[in-house]
Amino acid sequence: MTEIIVVTSGKGGVGKTTTSASVACGLARRGKRVAVIDFDIGLRNLDLIMGCERRVVYDFVNVIQGDCTLKQALIKDKRLETLFVLAASQTRDKDALSMEGVRKVFDELIADGFEYIICDSPAGIEKGAHLAMYYADRAIVVVNPEVSSVRDSDRILGLLSSKTQRAEKGEEKVKEHLLLTRYSPRRVATGEMMSVGDVKEILGLDVIGVIPESPDVLSASNAGTPVILNEQSDVSRAYEDAVGRLLGDTLPLRFLEEPKKGFLARMFGG
Amino acid sequence: MGLLAFFRRSQPTANVAKERLRIIVAQERTARGGPDYLPTLRRELMEVIRKYINVDPEAVQINLEKEDGHEVLEFSVALPEKGKA
Repeated sequence: MTEIIVVTSGKGGVGKTTTSASVACGLARRGKRVAVIDFDIGLRNLDLIMGCERRVVYDFVNVIQGDCTLKQALIKDKRLETLFVLAASQTRDKDALSMEGVRKVFDELIADGFEYIICDSPAGIEKGAHLAMYYADRAIVVVNPEVSSVRDSDRILGLLSSKTQRAEKGEEKVKEHLLLTRYSPRRVATGEMMSVGDVKEILGLDVIGVIPESPDVLSASNAGTPVILNEQSDVSRAYEDAVGRLLGDTLPLRFLEEPKKGFLARMFGG
Repeated sequence: MGLLAFFRRSQPTANVAKERLRIIVAQERTARGGPDYLPTLRRELMEVIRKYINVDPEAVQINLEKEDGHEVLEFSVALPEKGKA
């Protein structure tokens, strides 16, 4: 059984690629065979976040156009045995991806025994985003607790329920999950930021994870090491929990409260 | 939080965000499932109404409600207070 998961959001810069990379690593760390695919044609970035940018020889469009085999284009992760990356093409031709082409690549991955295909969607609601979600069984909707991100993700929910294969064929609908990123418990406590409960209520989705705001995300992307692999970080633990929930574990949400600080730290910042 | 930040605390605006989102998301969801002519209908009705009454666009609400078996197109205009129009 192969499960196709799209990581989507509508708005850009909310953490889709960070999430795709960490979820893919988390699944692979549990021994699952995982392919993570960058759908952002023209703006390749997943390779950088995964730290394999210098090993990209062939990309997604090359495979579709028959310039190479899928095996040649899949980049094997150096840290995790069962994890493979398929880079986006840097071509400016947005029509380089086609519905049939994507289907062909998925069928080959399925035949090859991949258990999870993670589709890192581009921002927006154009063709790339549409193709990334079209064959999905599940969707992780990445949202910042901020008005434009919440509104855009509701638009994406509308597309998930109408513009996917499951919707068109009248099959069981795509399972949708909410993943909140850049969450600041301190600002939620002071009423400056919407809470998990607020966003959940507006969008009407189940919460698969809440990722705290943290400088570790930038450090991880600087280094090309998906943040889930930084085990010292709360962000890593929060992503681990999300992966657990994806696999059916029931886990309480963590990091919703500000860590207690000592008196001095509170007086002088830190 | 440092001492300075304590005195410069920003306004709690999360509830404003939530309320605005609740309304706009509900409105956009109604339009999403509904017929394509709704936005045009809304605009044209607005134009007609504003020929006679000076109302704010926010005071005009169009809702398409689905009740078992039939749909109700609900249209409401909050008239301005006397003297303001």
